[in-house]
Amino acid sequence: MTVNRTTKIAAVVAFLAIVFIAVPAAISASGHFDLYYTLTSVALLSIASAGVWLTFYIGRINIGQGAYALTGGYVSAILVMDHGWSFWLTLPVAGLFCAATSVLIGLPILRLRGVYFAMVTLVLTEVARLLALALPITNGAKGIVSIPLPGALSVFGITLIPDFATLQNSRLAFYLLAVTLMVVCFAIMYRLVNSRIGKLCQSLQQNEELASSIGVNIAYLRVIAYAVSSFFGGVSGAIFAAISQSIYPSSFTVTDSVNFMLNCFLGGLGYVFGPMLGTLVLYFGWDLLFQTGQFQLLIYSGLMIVLMLVLPNGLLSLAETTRKKG
Amino acid sequence: MEQVIANGLYLGAQYALIALGLTLIFALMNVLNFAHGQMYVLGGFITYTVYGQLGLPFVVALLASGVTLAVIGALMEKFLFRTVIRRSHREESTMLLAAATAFFFDAVILLLFGEKQRGVPKIVKGVFNDVGIIMPYDRIVVGALAIVFIAAFVLYMQYSRVGRAMRALAQDRVAAQLMGVRVDRYSMIGFAMGAMLAGVVGGLLVTITGVNSGIGGPISIKAFLMVMIGGAGVVGGAIAGGFILGMMESVGLTVLREYGDVTYLVIFAALMVFLSVRPNGLMGKPWG
Repeated sequence: MTVNRTTKIAAVVAFLAIVFIAVPAAISASGHFDLYYTLTSVALLSIASAGVWLTFYIGRINIGQGAYALTGGYVSAILVMDHGWSFWLTLPVAGLFCAATSVLIGLPILRLRGVYFAMVTLVLTEVARLLALALPITNGAKGIVSIPLPGALSVFGITLIPDFATLQNSRLAFYLLAVTLMVVCFAIMYRLVNSRIGKLCQSLQQNEELASSIGVNIAYLRVIAYAVSSFFGGVSGAIFAAISQSIYPSSFTVTDSVNFMLNCFLGGLGYVFGPMLGTLVLYFGWDLLFQTGQFQLLIYSGLMIVLMLVLPNGLLSLAETTRKKG
Repeated sequence: MEQVIANGLYLGAQYALIALGLTLIFALMNVLNFAHGQMYVLGGFITYTVYGQLGLPFVVALLASGVTLAVIGALMEKFLFRTVIRRSHREESTMLLAAATAFFFDAVILLLFGEKQRGVPKIVKGVFNDVGIIMPYDRIVVGALAIVFIAAFVLYMQYSRVGRAMRALAQDRVAAQLMGVRVDRYSMIGFAMGAMLAGVVGGLLVTITGVNSGIGGPISIKAFLMVMIGGAGVVGGAIAGGFILGMMESVGLTVLREYGDVTYLVIFAALMVFLSVRPNGLMGKPWG
């Protein structure tokens, strides 16, 4: 909070310049076009992780984000395939559908705390997978395949976003889409956390009874936070379905839910931008270790354990310790 | 009908034993051990190696599973969890550690034992077929052994010095420390015992269902379910949760057969409703 306004603005501008100009320029210069896909995934996963982070912010451990990502993906895929909707319209619908579902589910389960909430949300991921397998509309284990690429989006005859199928480089388009959404998402998060609601959420994290006794409507707040969290999950799932042009019950599993949570932990639970950094490090770490072949998971998890021993409060806590010393 | 109940009891006995280990670790350390299923798989593979490959008696194999896992559990507590709990601002950080160890075990198991489904020769041959129940003898033996282990565990917790210390620790860590209980030592023993239970069940069940490297995660989820039903951190709750889940699975598989593979969906839905009425499970302490 001690950082002054100009530094903040400079940092934001620098960040935007890097993701929108420097990274595409560097990629086209070096010719590593597959990096687009990696970075798109990082951006999307960090949106979902941001949602998980928000539930951490109200003091709940959320291991159920995979369920909403899967739901969002299916909602978008079904609307596009069966009802011929435009992808751009399904994107907010998928998010809102997830938010509405999460309100219904959240009302009872948000009364749970600690490990109980963690375990229930973990089970929720499994429920989503089983539902996707059992429901007739989701086409079972075969999933929904060959979803068309997002079409053009035009308002009053002006084309805002061109048809992805006609683009030469749809990877770049997806990258820009994902990064834009990520920036918007983290802007919302930052605004939310530094608002009155954010402060109230923090009071929930510390002591719900106390907050409630002062007159904070805790039931309302936590449902709102959970709904926003699920909205992010749904949106990121919907874009994932569009990029891979397919969705299966196994697209988002318990492992993904756990990973969303790990991203938050790794970045640091006390920092809004923690999930972004955590996702970047974890995803890239995993990708880089691909060359080690069968030892990939061993090294990856080993490093994670070591990191946890050295920096149990997340990567961003490094900055904090130096600031304290200074 | 008798068949359904017998199956339920058999499943319940195994499940209860799995849940006991998880709940013990949770009660003592407030750690949700994500790696519990992986410990189970590791125990299964050790029994497979000792009994199936080397041809040593089954009892030796079971002992080997238990002892190896106990050692691993003790080391994990001493070098990983204790350090992180001391250094971290938030208790939940142990979950990252637990998840990381789960991945680590997965990797180790995959490297050491491969991804193939492994089974061992039956420990007892023949099938029991009377009073409307058909059940292979080896299942009966395994079920009975599981019940014996559960009873032994409960008696040990109730009457031994170590058990008393651990119960004190679970009730109130600080108070136990003030009364002169060596908290660090008993946390370690508790973690080792929890891991040992997982290993022993793995060893028992490899004789019936076999084992493969991918079942760790699903087993962990089942264990979480049981603990939620019974209430986290309570021995009685874990046993009750295990038998309830075993029964529900057995009944569900029979009753819901014509609707396809929906048993677990129904169980999950029922659990959600149950937990919204009783957030702490059957016997859990408020807020774990």
